[in-house]
Amino acid sequence: MKPAPFAYAAPRSVDEAAALLAEHGGEARLLAGGQSLVPMLNFRLLEPALLIDINRIAGLDGIAEVAGGLRLGALVRHRALETSPLIAHRFPIVAAAMAEVAHLAIRNRGTIGGSLAHADPAAELPLLALLLEAKITAVSAKGRRVIAAADFFTAALTTALAPDEILTEIELPDLPAGSGWGFAELARRAGDFALAAVGAVIAEAGGVCRIARIAMAGVGSTPLRAPAAEALLQGGALDPGAIAAAARAAAAAAQPAEDLHASAAYRRHLVEVLTRRALSAAVARARKAAP
Amino acid sequence: MSGKRRVAVTVNGTRHEREIEPRLLLGDFLRSELDLTGTHFGCEHGICGACTVILNGDSVRACLVFAVQADGGEVLTVEGLGSVEALHPLQQAFHEHHGLQCGYCTPGMLMTALDLIRKHGRLTEAAVRAGISGNLCRCTGYQNIVAAICAAAEAMQSEEPAGDA
Repeated sequence: MKPAPFAYAAPRSVDEAAALLAEHGGEARLLAGGQSLVPMLNFRLLEPALLIDINRIAGLDGIAEVAGGLRLGALVRHRALETSPLIAHRFPIVAAAMAEVAHLAIRNRGTIGGSLAHADPAAELPLLALLLEAKITAVSAKGRRVIAAADFFTAALTTALAPDEILTEIELPDLPAGSGWGFAELARRAGDFALAAVGAVIAEAGGVCRIARIAMAGVGSTPLRAPAAEALLQGGALDPGAIAAAARAAAAAAQPAEDLHASAAYRRHLVEVLTRRALSAAVARARKAAP
Repeated sequence: MSGKRRVAVTVNGTRHEREIEPRLLLGDFLRSELDLTGTHFGCEHGICGACTVILNGDSVRACLVFAVQADGGEVLTVEGLGSVEALHPLQQAFHEHHGLQCGYCTPGMLMTALDLIRKHGRLTEAAVRAGISGNLCRCTGYQNIVAAICAAAEAMQSEEPAGDA
């Protein structure tokens, strides 16, 4: 057998899971979809004393409309995000980006909560959480708190979650009416982690950009926003020159590393190209959606 | 919480009960406990797709799911697909199109293709190529696998109503 021995618990409620975490904390690991955790167990990169399997907790896999947004349970699978009519209607960028995540068998198991808690800096869902300004709920035996996505990703594979906390739900606040979106990524093979990925949200009114958001992945130790690039666009005309300038600013804000897949300079180049594509698509969709 | 756990898993229509360690992967459970060695392990970390099986209606990597997680569930493996006397349309198509050489990746290819066809019905060649991009074959160059899956998708659509495989 590949993984080191561990004790196993399959709690039926969040309270039960939180109580187990309160007791075992750093010795325990939560198992959601397992598509990143189990490889690490197979390689014995992790040897937790206790695996807490949250898959049998009822009610964590819902996608529901709430006042001001959409609420997603931590166990919503990538495949559900890809195929949910509610997601397609309210956050089509999420459905579109899911097609880029790994492969069908992985998307059948992987979860949104697991992806956010794992916090791979090249993964799509952390990028989307940052772009869509998601609010992430964490529960422990001591209570619950809501963490803004901007405060959630603290370093590669590291989040603001405490060892005794379980991520239970994600709220995506509604985008302003008339918003458009764009998403672009490049990977060397279908399903690989992105060398770089960029998401954009744009809203325009009266020929002027009202809202511009740009987030990128694969080019830093966490997903990143590009505030200088966003500021360049806000209040101005969304013409090709402005988009090109914003793309250059986003590339300047990237913090790419060099590895065997790509040089840092190439990743920075990709950010510029992908930002231009994502922004152009977002502007086109915003104009189509404009009231 | 610690020690062995009793699980009951229905595999290819037969219910099996075993006492197992929680760390036993579903693929090892199938191979070592049930002697169903049609499911192959390649990379054992979710990259190669050789161990793909159907769990509760969805394709999964049997190296990335623990057998305890399948407790109470239903698994379909390549052994449950067809028999030598009566090949499944997918197996028949792989046979006719020479979609395998060494055969190591074949069970994973078949189970992946089954999930693709069940979820999408008729498939374009591009959709098949994208759909099996998580299954590595080092012999065939994929050409004949793609041809086999396209042919099987057609054959299965004419036999069964969409989505009812």
